[in-house]
Amino acid sequence: MIEVRNLTKRFGATVALDSVSFDVAGGEVLGLLGPNGAGKSTALRVITCYIPADGGSVRVADHDTMTQSVEVRRQIGYLPENAPLYMDMGVIEYLEFIGKIRNLNGPRRASRLDEMIEVCGLSRMTHRMIGTLSKGYRQRLGLAQALIHDPPVLILDEPTTGLDPNQIIEIRELIKRIGEEKTIILSTHILPEVETTCSRVLIINEGRIVASGTAEELAGQAAGDQKTFVTFKGSAETIEPALRECEIITDLSLIESAQGKVRYAIGSNKEEPEETLFNLAVQNKWTLTELRREAVSLEQIFTRLTTQEPIES
Amino acid sequence: MQNTLIIAGKEFRSYFGSAIAYIFLVVFLVLTSVLFFELQKFFVVGQATMRDFFGLVPVLFLFFIPAVSMRMWAEERKMGTLETLMTLPVRSWEVVTGKFLASFLFLVMTIALTLPLPIIIASLGNLDTGAIIGGYLGLILLGGSYLAIGLWTSSMTENQIVAFIGSFVICLVLFLVGVDIVLTSLPRWIIPFMKGLSLGSHFSSIERGVIDSRDIIYYLSVIGFFLFLNVRSVESSRGK
Ligand SMILES: Nc1ncnc2c1ncn2[C@@H]1O[C@H](COP(=O)(O)OP(=O)(O)OP(=O)(O)O)[C@@H](O)[C@H]1O
Ligand SMILES: [Mg+2]
Repeated sequence: MIEVRNLTKRFGATVALDSVSFDVAGGEVLGLLGPNGAGKSTALRVITCYIPADGGSVRVADHDTMTQSVEVRRQIGYLPENAPLYMDMGVIEYLEFIGKIRNLNGPRRASRLDEMIEVCGLSRMTHRMIGTLSKGYRQRLGLAQALIHDPPVLILDEPTTGLDPNQIIEIRELIKRIGEEKTIILSTHILPEVETTCSRVLIINEGRIVASGTAEELAGQAAGDQKTFVTFKGSAETIEPALRECEIITDLSLIESAQGKVRYAIGSNKEEPEETLFNLAVQNKWTLTELRREAVSLEQIFTRLTTQEPIES
Repeated sequence: MQNTLIIAGKEFRSYFGSAIAYIFLVVFLVLTSVLFFELQKFFVVGQATMRDFFGLVPVLFLFFIPAVSMRMWAEERKMGTLETLMTLPVRSWEVVTGKFLASFLFLVMTIALTLPLPIIIASLGNLDTGAIIGGYLGLILLGGSYLAIGLWTSSMTENQIVAFIGSFVICLVLFLVGVDIVLTSLPRWIIPFMKGLSLGSHFSSIERGVIDSRDIIYYLSVIGFFLFLNVRSVESSRGK
């Protein structure tokens, strides 16, 4: 549905996007993840035909963004960062305007408008001027505006910023529901968001893609980093040599030794080392008070990928 | 074309969404009436002529029109709504002409509201109807040119004050280059050229009631030229 090829964008000396390529298949919800200034908004602005690329190409639904831009824009519903809106317009007046421009006429416009108000939870705000809406409701109106023409492609730049926790959950559910039939790209720096709403994640940093895959795949790539925490009753002198002999343990570090207990963080070549560790404790008659494996979270992958050298995925 | 009208409708309504439009209208009408009746000592002289009115309004327009046009693009840039607007399936020229049309309609409305003046004067004596029609046509064309210039300067900045000053200066210069005081200080060969370029000298011939198609074409070209620059400046900050 969306093909991005070698997309490059510079702002003076800043390289906002450096030869970025990716595809989004129909029906996919792609999460664009990256720290501030990574180039997320820039990528979305090129895809939505707001700014031209310096190099490379983007095709949306088989239309080129440079040569068939109006056609591309017809296919897309776009919520820019911070949901910019006309403050001196009324909520309904604004949606009417967008509906007209989107070529919705007569009863179809009226019914889509009602539907958007319903779906985006705007029914209590219909008589308001946009300038008097709270941040969260502006975000909802921005979403309503992006959805009104029922576009096959939806581009959302940080759709949940500025929302309260309840609203965040509602909007995520909404995106999930819409995502069942539409192609969506959304950008965010909130990690749980991609885990709950996206079918695939693209991590970008300094204008480059540093990782891509499903949230589980990314976590799998980093499985070697997972740690298992164990606490035994006893002293380090008696326990540590036995642990060192254990084959599945690749990394051992003493975290704490106090009140007759020792606590270790264990790195293992086995994906689920709990059983072996438990049996080891039974054999040696050590009392085990903690045995907990900490799965690598997307957070850790994100931090690692965006603070170190880019790793090819 | 459809889109042009939709955008024009939205922009025109947004003039009246805030109090600014009404303030503009009232200030403009009060100023023209007061200056016309008081300063020109209309009742003392008792002449049935609108010459002074048509001399005065182009000068008021220098302040009034840049104030009308200054926010039309600058505000979109500042608030970020340009991004939503330009990612809608509309062509740049449709948005540009839509915005122009809305402000032009507002201008024509303002000018129409001064029509009681010639009606009052006509009741006092014989009025040269040809000169009045010419004068009003001239005002509309001159105002339209100022507007096109104002919209263009507004499209290049996100600061309304910068847009105002920019269009004020450009309009002032283009108006003055044809005025006699300026022309006398210039070499002779350049005078016809300057007169041809000036917004002011074309106005003074229309205002005498001589409606020459060359003057009309001149104003339409100025409007077209600046709307073209406007499309270019909007496109330079985005894709086609
Ligand atoms: N109009 C512009 N002029 C100059 N530099 C720009 C412009 N837009 C973006 N940049 C630069 O390009 C880089 C990428 O910016 P971008 O807005 O795409 O980041 P982002 O990933 O969306 O960040 P955030 O999470 O803060 O929204 C940044 O270094 C930014 O300063
Ligand atoms: Mg951004």
